[in-house]
Amino acid sequence: MTSPLQQKIKIAGPSVVTANRTHDGVVIWRTASGWSTALADAAVVRIADEARALLGAALADDIGAVGPYIAPVEIAADGTISPGNLRERIRVGGVTITLPAMA
Amino acid sequence: MYAHDELDRVLVNERVTEFRDQVRRRLSGELTEDEFKSLRLMNGIYLQLHAYMLRIAIPYGTLSSAQMRKLAYVARRFDRGYGHFTTRQNIQFHWHKLADLPDSLAALAEVGLHGIQTSGNCVRNITTDQLAGVAPDEIEDPRIWAELFRQYTTLHPEFSFLPRKFKIAVIATPQDRAAIKIHDIGVALHRNAAGETGFEVMVGGGLGRSPFIAKVINPFVPRRDILSYIEAVLRVYNQYGRRDNLFKARIKILVHELGVAKFTEEVEAEFRQIRGGALALDDEVVADIAARFSYPAYEKLADAPPELARAANDERFSAWRRNSVARHKVPGYAVVTLSLKPTGGTPGDATAAQMETIAGLADRYSFGEIRVAHEQNLVLPHVAQRDLPVLWRALDAAGLATPNVGLISDIISCPGLDYCSLSNARSIPIAQELTRRFADPQLATLIGRLHINISGCINACGHHHIGHIGILGVDKNGEEFYQITLGGRADEGAVLGHLLGPAVPFDQVADVIEDIVETYLDLRQAPDELFVQTVERLGVTPFKERVYATR
Ligand code: SF4
Repeated sequence: MTSPLQQKIKIAGPSVVTANRTHDGVVIWRTASGWSTALADAAVVRIADEARALLGAALADDIGAVGPYIAPVEIAADGTISPGNLRERIRVGGVTITLPAMA
Repeated sequence: MYAHDELDRVLVNERVTEFRDQVRRRLSGELTEDEFKSLRLMNGIYLQLHAYMLRIAIPYGTLSSAQMRKLAYVARRFDRGYGHFTTRQNIQFHWHKLADLPDSLAALAEVGLHGIQTSGNCVRNITTDQLAGVAPDEIEDPRIWAELFRQYTTLHPEFSFLPRKFKIAVIATPQDRAAIKIHDIGVALHRNAAGETGFEVMVGGGLGRSPFIAKVINPFVPRRDILSYIEAVLRVYNQYGRRDNLFKARIKILVHELGVAKFTEEVEAEFRQIRGGALALDDEVVADIAARFSYPAYEKLADAPPELARAANDERFSAWRRNSVARHKVPGYAVVTLSLKPTGGTPGDATAAQMETIAGLADRYSFGEIRVAHEQNLVLPHVAQRDLPVLWRALDAAGLATPNVGLISDIISCPGLDYCSLSNARSIPIAQELTRRFADPQLATLIGRLHINISGCINACGHHHIGHIGILGVDKNGEEFYQITLGGRADEGAVLGHLLGPAVPFDQVADVIEDIVETYLDLRQAPDELFVQTVERLGVTPFKERVYATR
């Protein structure tokens, strides 16, 4: 399998690196030094070289995270980070349907 | 029910032990994800958008009440209190933690359930008619054959690394309730003029990016030879199937590219080599498998008992009975379908509490047996007709008696973008909105039999191509759009639907479906002309004109 790092990295705007946590599958984002379950903590990159470096750091942690990839985000004027597409919105906010109550 | 033997138990338990060690090594970093991924997939474990998903096979759709209770336990203990029944007679749990998976699988193994061969390029769960063993017009219980195929294909070394996944379905009635024509191999049991039984073999069906209806390659393979014949098909596929291109790897592409005649020739040549060998099925072998299926000790009852006549005054009961209750081969009994399609609900989902209720009702009214239908509903296969009113009340109280089986709100839907990492668009919210629009039972009855199928991407897990109305989610510049097809069929007359026109955005889908249904109601020749018959008679043009006139 080609490593994601060997693929051409192109980003169209502010981006983050996201993955699923190995032991429970929970969505996580790469921070400057590790992982967080909050998108607000994510390290935001704006150029391909930064993205490559952030993805490289994420890939180096194979124990902690599964399938890291670069995902688009939007940055509001006040710096709030929000997901850049529907798939990522669902990963952040969870399913868009009501789940049955635990009974 | 089928009684598994010691071999099955040992195999499943050994696999759990092995997997427990693999998970331990993955969590400690001894195994990389690359190394681990194929191991987890071999046990039916996928990673989806929010968590790990565990897919459990329910061979030929037959579940005992004890197995159902265990599914409820797993749902509650290791997941979020519900499970999702799929179009392949599997159940999926969408919220598992990797660290819990060995315990979850160990619990399931206690009742003989597992995720082996629910993923990967191997022969997947063998599916069949949910009415197997109880359909009045059945030649023989098709599960005997499904079980034979299951045993033969389980961990078969030659067929564990096929070019791509491989699905087999079997039926034994003229009516096809198992959608066999969209399987890699579909087999239909027939009896010839001499009274012998044998199989019509169809190959190369499948949906996805390149949909095909299976082609008949042999109209009658004697029962003794059916395993040899299937082996011949698998061998030809294993040898010539495309391994260089994921999108061309399924057997349907091979059949299409070689042509049916050439493909059949190859299979027949292989079959001649192996016929009568180790795979020849002596009557004793078949009888031995058949003997492991136990059938209830039915009472001697008459049809149409007084309890039914008394309950007939209740319009809600009668409405439910009309579409949820089917004939049973034994007088005085009936087959009951439990709708997992409540208004506003997620098609195919059942909560742990519902699973426990169903297990209890199965014990009480269906000899402890439950079936899973590919339409994502459940079935109680052996209900005494006199018990129907009391069963109905219990189902109604548990939200399992929506009177919509076979009607427009009995929607088949894949999980879509709410869960699935391959998805383009959401399926479930579309299904939910449609069930609200068509919630009125009188309206649904007026419309009559109409199947809507929804998939969140071209992989077609929701079988959209063969829905009377098919809805396919596509991504258009980051927005969810939906292509609509009309006129597909999943039954013995299976055909692919025809595209209506340009895809429509998420918030217009339900309106468009309403327009289509109104057009049908205007155009049908008689109230008993089904939607799909009107489409067959008139084509998609009148529907297209109506839908796009104002859009
Ligand atoms: S059809 Fe696509 S979106 Fe739906 S479950 Fe299958 S892969 Fe996922």
